[in-house]
Amino acid sequence: MTRSILLSIIFHSAMIVLTALSLPFMMRTPVDLPPILSVELIQITDKTSIPFAAKAAKILEEIKKKEEERIVSQQAPPSEKKKEKPDRIPLPEDLNKEKKQIVKKKQNPKEVKEEIKQASEFEKDELFDPNQIAALIDKSKEETAKTLKKNKKLTQSSVRTSFATGLTLSQEDALKAQIFGCWSLPLGLPYHKNLLVRIKLKLKPDGTVLRTEILDHARMNQPGQGFYQVLAESALRAVRICQPLRVPPTGYEKWKDLQLNFDANEMLKG
Amino acid sequence: MKKLISFIFCLFIFNSSAEALVEVDITRGNLEPLPIAVSPLHVESGSKDIKQGNTIIKNIGERISEVIEINFRRSGLFNPLKKNSFVQNPDIAHVKPRFEDWRLIKAQALVTGQVIVSDDKLRVEFRLWDVVAAKEMIALAFSTTPNNWRRVAHIISDKVYQRLTGEEGYFDTRIVYIAESGPKSQRYKKLAIMDQDGANVKYLTLGNELVLTPRFSPKNQLVTYLSYFRNLPRVYLLDIETGVQEVVGDFPGMTFAPRFSPDGKKIIMSFAKDGNSDIYTMNLETRLVEKITDHTSIDTSPSYSPDGKYICFNSDRSGLQQIYVMRSDGSQVKRITFGKGLYGTPVWSPRGDLIAFTKVHKGQFYIGVMRTDGSGERLLTENFYQEAPSWSPNGRVLIFYRETKSDAEGKGFSAKLWSIDLTGYNERLIETETDGSDPSWSSLLSK
Repeated sequence: MTRSILLSIIFHSAMIVLTALSLPFMMRTPVDLPPILSVELIQITDKTSIPFAAKAAKILEEIKKKEEERIVSQQAPPSEKKKEKPDRIPLPEDLNKEKKQIVKKKQNPKEVKEEIKQASEFEKDELFDPNQIAALIDKSKEETAKTLKKNKKLTQSSVRTSFATGLTLSQEDALKAQIFGCWSLPLGLPYHKNLLVRIKLKLKPDGTVLRTEILDHARMNQPGQGFYQVLAESALRAVRICQPLRVPPTGYEKWKDLQLNFDANEMLKG
Repeated sequence: MKKLISFIFCLFIFNSSAEALVEVDITRGNLEPLPIAVSPLHVESGSKDIKQGNTIIKNIGERISEVIEINFRRSGLFNPLKKNSFVQNPDIAHVKPRFEDWRLIKAQALVTGQVIVSDDKLRVEFRLWDVVAAKEMIALAFSTTPNNWRRVAHIISDKVYQRLTGEEGYFDTRIVYIAESGPKSQRYKKLAIMDQDGANVKYLTLGNELVLTPRFSPKNQLVTYLSYFRNLPRVYLLDIETGVQEVVGDFPGMTFAPRFSPDGKKIIMSFAKDGNSDIYTMNLETRLVEKITDHTSIDTSPSYSPDGKYICFNSDRSGLQQIYVMRSDGSQVKRITFGKGLYGTPVWSPRGDLIAFTKVHKGQFYIGVMRTDGSGERLLTENFYQEAPSWSPNGRVLIFYRETKSDAEGKGFSAKLWSIDLTGYNERLIETETDGSDPSWSSLLSK
């Protein structure tokens, strides 16, 4: 009896130790992720293409000249080949000469490699191309977007994200700002009632509205919901006044069906 | 097993495609009044001018549209656009509005109509249009006697208000009040009635007896008020339609503020007996008086909740005048105000969600509202002296009176009627021929 109890205690303790060691989340404190910030991403190529100072311009010109020379030396004009008579039959000696030349070309790969290496180092150290900034920013844009998406998934898994569905935060903000300006809230609404109206839109690629649908249409006929029709009409009016909506120029398939949730509660309750 | 895996995979695919709908939350908008165009009503050719007393009213279509426009502006919820910006003529606009023209002047709603006046008949048609959606929202016609043209304008205002806000209007209503004249030390007080916009004033008493605290019945056009006959307070009932007046009863000692129950069958009031003021009800059919409160303190200003189950009143039983709520049989008395200052004249909103009151704090008078449990107190307006709030039938606007300070000789004193809506931003003076106090708002006449 005592032996079996002892064995049970030993095995249970072993299981607890194993669990504690093998499940790392039990040891670590949860990661405190920073709040998500809405970032407006803009094309700044034009803004960064500012005129250079005189000295810098000179250096750049020299660099450009060198670059041109280098490029010229690299890309020599094709040599003019002597026209061969079509009726001339190549002699075996000629064939051997050609073969040797080909072998020579093949046997000299190091020279070509060195030249390429020099050119890449030169570019890295001295050649400044302002257009490269845009490319870098574009890259960072992608990276930021990816990070944000990842963060949102981590911190707000239950919250709907427009990233996952087709609009970036800045695109969503632009659309919101446009509709905020168009929506005239009916001022006599009862503040203690549910003042949410969900409207589904079918959009054209240019942002004009093809079709609208009030999702909770049945509420209009319910007793004590007279205000709902007024609220829904105000939301539809806002959509019509605003159109064409500020939608992204690309990704039509993702946002051609759009749902707008007009919620007056927040404003009226303060 | 393979089938199960493929089923789970399919579920995942369909689920992810269902989530593909882009959702955007719109939580902000404009809180500006709705821009509305009230086109002058087209008068049919062959229509006659209207004779009202000694005056002849020409262009009745324009006059009706003006009354509607004033109602909308006073409500604070609409912004009627200037008529000189209108492009389309009223006759064509009533048949088929050119919505582009109305959109051009930023109108979101449009009221059009036409009037036909024959010998003793006035027919008014009107239509409300949604300018943005380019569709008709409501169309109605009314026939009445020509003298009722202002009422028709108020009824149209109510219909438009209800269609655009979702709640009942309050324009086709009347206000009973005490019309005051003379110096402060020797005021003549007459019972008067007028439309809610201050028009059509009628005096119901001659002014040789002191009249106080008139209150409309919530069910019909009956008014109860207090008048002193040979220095004895009497509670009267007056039928506005027929002009019939009757004495409800003589009450010894001081009697205060009679008010109807929601069904109009009882009157609730307070009167002082043996030096103690308590709340009583009187059944108007049986004339039986019932004592509701029995306390050594002063209980006054009772007001029923719209369902008749509760009564709010003010009492000094805690040492200072505060507001209390009890069941209509006088049980379960509960104090609901605990703020600084004195609270009085509580009036239950017709919607049932709020209680309006007068508050006195540091010598200033406030009109405010709070929830029925005393929470969410909001002071809407502050002044030297103001009191007696009364609700509009839709529970959105309050009417009250405000007095100005007089100098040492008693000059400069005045009492005027004011209205304010629940936002506290739309405060308006109601123009009256004389000074006014103690206003009470009627229910909708056309209900």
